[in-house]
Amino acid sequence: MTALFYLVESALVLIGSTFIALAALGVVRLPDVYTRMHSASKAGSVGSGLILLALALNSEALPETLRALAAIFFFLLTAPISAHLLAKASYTVGYSMWPGSVLDEMPEVKATTRRSDTPPTSPDEMSDHAAGETVSRRSERRPRIRWSEIRRT
Amino acid sequence: MNMTDLATQIYEVAIDISLVLLGLAFLLTTFRIVRGPTLPDRVLGLDMLTSVAIGFIAIIGIDTGYTLYVDIAIALGLVGFLATVAFARFILARGRTEEDQLKDLPFKNPNEQGQAIPKTERRS
Repeated sequence: MTALFYLVESALVLIGSTFIALAALGVVRLPDVYTRMHSASKAGSVGSGLILLALALNSEALPETLRALAAIFFFLLTAPISAHLLAKASYTVGYSMWPGSVLDEMPEVKATTRRSDTPPTSPDEMSDHAAGETVSRRSERRPRIRWSEIRRT
Repeated sequence: MNMTDLATQIYEVAIDISLVLLGLAFLLTTFRIVRGPTLPDRVLGLDMLTSVAIGFIAIIGIDTGYTLYVDIAIALGLVGFLATVAFARFILARGRTEEDQLKDLPFKNPNEQGQAIPKTERRS
């Protein structure tokens, strides 16, 4: 029975570390940010999850097992969110894809974050809704109609 | 040699091999962080480094039975997640890529002729 446990743990540890090493290889070898992200976030989180699962099997006490399982749960919860945020941010700003990419179904994204988290200081910035656009898009936008000007005319 | 001894030996060899693989992954990711042509590449490398470090902590916990560090692994995952989110917001707020910054230089880019900065086709 202990022999079986040892064998299962060594298999989990080996598979997990192979996943992590392949993810790092993909991070080095793949051509652009998005494909690298695909390698790092999927294979990397699976690798750490498998090694933590081996740790959960290894420990005798229940709290240690529960802690390792909580770490797996937490890691699987946060890794996709951070990868999604990073990918969306870099796509919105306009980092180019690999020239050999064949399909880009994403429509043009408008950035909706404010430039900084400081509250608006001038009343012009407060009324101008374009404070929520990033710097590069700000030069391209068409002129907006302001309510104050309409009331004046 | 009975079954348990064989399994224990396989287990020790497996832990050694996986430590080597994780060290290799650490080196490759560090290479990408140093080299990485753009900021998102480096942020991605940092995110990858936290997952490699969590793997390291788990393997050390298996090897030595000292599982106190699992708490640190959880905290490291939290800090790495928050750092990635903050960096993503920073990339979004900066609003320009490295190519845009090169375009805005007041003088001619000395790297235009050389292959130091690869020119890729920009998305329309």
